[in-house]
Amino acid sequence: MPAVSKGDGMRGLAVFISDIRNCKSKEAEIKRINKELANIRSKFKGDKALDGYSKKKYVCKLLFIFLLGHDIDFGHMEAVNLLSSNKYTEKQIGYLFISVLVNSNSELIRLINNAIKNDLSSRNPTFMCLALHCIANVGSREMAEAFAGEIPRILVAGDTMDSVKQSAALCLLRLYRTSPDLVLMGEWTSRVVHLLNDQHMGVVTAAISLITCLSQKNPEEFKTCVSLAVSRLSRIVSSASTDLQDYTYYFVPAPWLSCKLLRLLQCYPPPEDGAVKGRLVECLETILNKAQEPPKSKKVQHSNAKNAILFEAIALIIHYDSEPNLLVRACNQLGQFLQHRETNLRYLALESMCTLASSEFSHEAVKTHIETVINALKTERDVSVRQRAADLLYAMCDRSNAKQIVAEMLSYLETADYSIREEMVLKVAILAEKYAVDYSWYVDTILNLIRIAGDYVSEEVWYRVIQIVINRDDVQGYAAKTVFEALQAPACHENMVKVGGYILGEFGNLIAGDPRSSPLVQFNLLHSKFHLCSVPTRALLLSAYIKFINLFPETKPTIQEVLRCDSQIRNSDVELQQRAVEYLKLSSIASTDVLATVLEEMPPFPERESSILAKLKKKKGPGAVSGNELEEGKREGGELNGAGERPGDSSAIGASNASTPSPSADLLGLRSAAPVSAAPPSAGSLLVDVFSEAGPAAPAAGANDDGFLRDLEPPTESSDSLLAEGPGDSDSAPPSVVSEDPAPPLPESDELLNKFVCKNNGVLFENQLLQIGVKSEYRQNLGRMYLFYGNKTSVQFVNFTTTVSCPGELQSQLNVQLKPVDPLVEGGAQVQQVINIECLTVFSDAPLLNIKFRYGGALQNLTLKLPVAINKFFQPTEMSSHDFFQRWKQLSQPQQEAQKIFKANHAMDTEVLKAKLLGLGTALLEKVDPNPDNFVCAGVIQTKAQQVGCLLRLEPNAQAQPGEQMYRLTLRSSKDTVAKRLCELLAEQF
Amino acid sequence: TIRFILIQNRAGKTRLAKWYMQFDDDEKQKLIEEVHAVVTVRDAKHTNFVEFRNFKIIYRRYAGLYFCICVDVTDNNLAYLEGIHNFVEVLNEYFHNVCELDLVFNFYKVYTVVDEMFLAGEIRETSQTKVLKQLLMLQSLE
Repeated sequence: MPAVSKGDGMRGLAVFISDIRNCKSKEAEIKRINKELANIRSKFKGDKALDGYSKKKYVCKLLFIFLLGHDIDFGHMEAVNLLSSNKYTEKQIGYLFISVLVNSNSELIRLINNAIKNDLSSRNPTFMCLALHCIANVGSREMAEAFAGEIPRILVAGDTMDSVKQSAALCLLRLYRTSPDLVLMGEWTSRVVHLLNDQHMGVVTAAISLITCLSQKNPEEFKTCVSLAVSRLSRIVSSASTDLQDYTYYFVPAPWLSCKLLRLLQCYPPPEDGAVKGRLVECLETILNKAQEPPKSKKVQHSNAKNAILFEAIALIIHYDSEPNLLVRACNQLGQFLQHRETNLRYLALESMCTLASSEFSHEAVKTHIETVINALKTERDVSVRQRAADLLYAMCDRSNAKQIVAEMLSYLETADYSIREEMVLKVAILAEKYAVDYSWYVDTILNLIRIAGDYVSEEVWYRVIQIVINRDDVQGYAAKTVFEALQAPACHENMVKVGGYILGEFGNLIAGDPRSSPLVQFNLLHSKFHLCSVPTRALLLSAYIKFINLFPETKPTIQEVLRCDSQIRNSDVELQQRAVEYLKLSSIASTDVLATVLEEMPPFPERESSILAKLKKKKGPGAVSGNELEEGKREGGELNGAGERPGDSSAIGASNASTPSPSADLLGLRSAAPVSAAPPSAGSLLVDVFSEAGPAAPAAGANDDGFLRDLEPPTESSDSLLAEGPGDSDSAPPSVVSEDPAPPLPESDELLNKFVCKNNGVLFENQLLQIGVKSEYRQNLGRMYLFYGNKTSVQFVNFTTTVSCPGELQSQLNVQLKPVDPLVEGGAQVQQVINIECLTVFSDAPLLNIKFRYGGALQNLTLKLPVAINKFFQPTEMSSHDFFQRWKQLSQPQQEAQKIFKANHAMDTEVLKAKLLGLGTALLEKVDPNPDNFVCAGVIQTKAQQVGCLLRLEPNAQAQPGEQMYRLTLRSSKDTVAKRLCELLAEQF
Repeated sequence: TIRFILIQNRAGKTRLAKWYMQFDDDEKQKLIEEVHAVVTVRDAKHTNFVEFRNFKIIYRRYAGLYFCICVDVTDNNLAYLEGIHNFVEVLNEYFHNVCELDLVFNFYKVYTVVDEMFLAGEIRETSQTKVLKQLLMLQSLE
C-alpha cells in the first residue's frame, strides 16, 4: 500500500511549510511569506528559464500561501505552463492551482482551455481525468462552451476507460448545472441511460447522479431509466453481503449506489409496468425485512450503511404514497428507531415520520407514537432532535389530540431554545386556531403563548387573535375577561398590552357589569402599562381610550384629563401627539350619537387565510408546510372561520391587507377598508354627516377645512381590494331576481336577527356587493335605527330603494317609518337611512326590510328582518329579593310562565352571561337569587298601549362537563305572549 | 449534492476546503468560521447533523479533526456520514495512519484523493480498493 512521506518530491515546499508552522506570531508568518513571495517573484522574472520541477515547486508554494489566506497576484502564467508538461506531478499542480484560484481573465481561460483540449484528446486516461476534474471544479461558462459537445462523446465511447467515464459523467453534470442550454443530450440520451447497466459499479455510481439530474429536468425523455434502475437495485438488494466485493461496505452491498438508485426512482411515479412494480415492491420489502435481521457487524458503519438504504427506501415509499402496507411497515420501523439508543436514528426517525404523518394511510399509525414523541420533546439533549419532535407533533396533530399536543408544546416553550421559539409560537398558534372547538380554549392558548413567549409572538399572531375575537360574538366576553385578568400581572408583555388594549377597547363593556372590572378599573389598568410601552403600543392604547369614552361615558372626564396632559398632547412623537389632539377634540365636540357612530365596534374581518399560516410558510419555505397544510385546510375547512377560510382564496386575501389591525394603523377602521365606515371622500361620507350635525343626506360643504377630518378621511386605495370582480363574472354574487316583487326573506334572516337581540349595533348583512350596518337606540316605546348601506363594488347602484313592511297583525303593533334614501349609491360609497319605530303594543314578529337596486343592469332584490324585537323596549327595574319573589309568585298562572331547558351553545362564562342579560335591556339583580350561580332580571316593556312587567330567571348547571352544560330559562310576565316570545329569543343567545 | 467539504481542527484551522458552489473569498471565510462554531459546541450525545443556513452539515470528528460535508437538506444523512468515513479510511490507508500533519504537508495530494472520491458535488467512487489502486498508480508517476 502506498505510504507518503512528508512532502516527498518537493523538499523546498516541506521546508517552507515547516518554517511557517514554526512562526511564533502572525507578524513573523507574514514576514516569512513576504520573503518567499519575493524569492518566487524573482525566480519567475529571472532570465534563466525554470525547469518543470522548480516551476511546480514555486506554484505549489504560492498555492499554499493562498490557502493560508493571503492574496496571490502572480504565478498564474507559470501554472498554465505546467498544464502542458508531460509529467503527471507537474500537470497536477498546474490544474490544482487553476482549480483553486479561478481567474476570469479571458486570456488565461483561452490558454487553459487549450491545454484541457490537448489533454482530453491525449488518450492518456490520467491526463484526461485531470482535465475533466478541472472542468468539473471550475465549471465556468467558457468551459461549457468549449467542451459541452465533446464530453458526452467521451462518456459513451466504447473505448473510454472506466475511470474516465466516471469523471466525464460528473463533469457533464457540472456543466449541465451551470449552463443547461449548452448541454444537449438528444442523441446521447439512450446511451447515457444505459450506463445504469454498466458492469463497473463505479461508472454506475457516477453516471446515476447525472441521470437523476437530467431526469428531474426531462422526466419523459429519461423514463426508461426506471426499469433499468429497478433491475439494478434488485440485483444489489438480493446479493449476498460479499458478492459485490469492492463495493461492499461493512457487509452492506453497495450502500451508496442503492441510495442513489432509490433517489432516482423518486423522480418518477410508481412504475406502470406490473412486473417492474412487483420487482420494486419486492426490493422495498426486502430492505424492510433486512432491518429486522440481526446485524452482521456491531460496527456503527454497518448499521449506518444499512439504515442509509432503509431511510431512502422509506422516502420512496412515502413518495409513492400508494402502498398502505409498506407505509404502515415503514411507520412501525421508524417507531422502533424512536427509542433507539443512537441519537442519529432517533433524529432521522422523527424527521421521516413527519412526512409519513401527512399520508392518509399512515397518519393514524404515526399518531400511536405520540407519547414517545412528547417524551423526546421533553428529554432529548440535542436541540435539533427536540425540534424534530416538535415538528412531528405538529404534523401528527388533529382534532383528536390537539389539546394534548398544544399543551405539551406550550409547556415546552417555557424552556425551549431561543432559536426555535418563534417557530414554535407560530405552530402553537396555528394548531390552536385550526383545532379550536371552543373559543375560550383558543383565547386561553394564545394569551398563554404571549405570557410565556411574548418576545417571540410575531405581529401575525396577535393580529389573528383579534381578528377571531372580533368575528366571533361568543368569545368576546370571555376574551375581555381573560385579557383583563392577564393584564393584572405586574409585569406583562407588551404584546399582551396590545391585545388587552384592543379587546377592552372593543368589548370592555361586556365585563363592565362587575365592579371589579368597572370601566374606570379597566382604564386604570390599561393606563398603568402605558408608560412602559413603545410608541406603536401607546398609539394603540390611545385609540382604546377614545373607544372607552364611547363605551363608558362616565370615563370621559378621566380620559380627557389624560389626553390633555402635556406628555400626550405635546408628545414629541407626531403620531401620538396627533392622536391625543384629535381624540381629545373628538371627545369634546362630538355628540354621543356621533361618537357612537365614529367609534362603533369594529366590523368583522373578511375571512381569509390565516396570517400566521402564511408566515410559517414564508419562514419554512414553500415546501415545508405546503402539502400537509393544504391538505388539512381542505379537510378541516378552517375550524374557526367556517368554510370561507381557504388558502388560495384570492379575493379574500386581496381584501385582507386593508383591515389587518396594526399598531400604527387606525384602530377605528376609518382609514382602512372596513366597509361600514369607509367611503371615498367624494361620497356623502358618514363623517361629514355626523360632524355637520346636519341631516343624513346633506353633506356639509367646507368640512374638510378641519385637519381632523382630513386625517380621518379614508383613502380610496384600499377600497379597490374587493372590487376585482366585475358584474357578471362573479358566481358568488347574489342571484338577480327578475321579479320586481319583494323577495322572500333570506333563509338566514332569522339567524341575523338573533345576533341583535342583546346588542344594538353591528353588521346586519353582508354579501359580495353590499354591506348593511345597523345602529339603533331605544327610549321608552320609541326607537330610532340607522341603517348604513355600503356599496362594496366600484360600480354604482341605481334605483336603490328600500321598503319596510309589517306583515299580518304586526301592522297594528308596530309603527315603522322610513326616511327616504338617495336612489343612487356610488361605487365604494355608503348611504345612511333613518328608521323611526314606535311600539304600539306587544309584538312577536320582526318587520321585513326589502332592498332593491340595479347593479350592472341586474336587479338585486333581497329581504331581511329588521332587528327589532320586543325586548328593545325594556326599561330595567331594580328591586329587592323580597319584592322579586313576591312578584314572581303573583305571576304563577301557567300561561304567564314560559320555560325552556336547553344546551349551552357557548362556554358558560359569568361575565359574558351578565353582559348579554344587560344587553337584553333588563336590570340584572344581584344577590336576589339564593343560588349565586343563577341570574335573575327584571324589566318593564314599554308600549304605547300598556306596560308589561317581566321577570327572568336563568339557571346554569355550570358544574357539568363541557358539552353537557345546560340552562333552564324561566320567564314570567303579566302578558302571556311576551313571556313566550322572550323565551324564544333568549334561548338562542346562550 | 455536496456544497462544500471542510476539514478543520478544534482550533478552527482549516486543513481542507473544497467548494462545489461559487462563493467569494469573504463568504468562504465566513462559512468556515460558522461551521466551526456550530460543530465544535456539539458532543457525542448530539447527532452528526446540523442545520446550516439552507443546507445541513453532516460531520464526524476524528481525533482533533472535524470532517464536515455540507449538503442539501433533502440529502441522505447516513449515506454522507458514511461517505466521510469511507474517505477517512482511504486517507488512513494512503498516508499510513493519517494524522493532521500529513494533511498539512501533503495538502496538494489530499485534493487528488478528494477528486477521486467526490466530483462535482457527487459521490464519484466508493470502492476503497479502486481508489487506492488509482492513487498508487498516480503516486508511481513522475
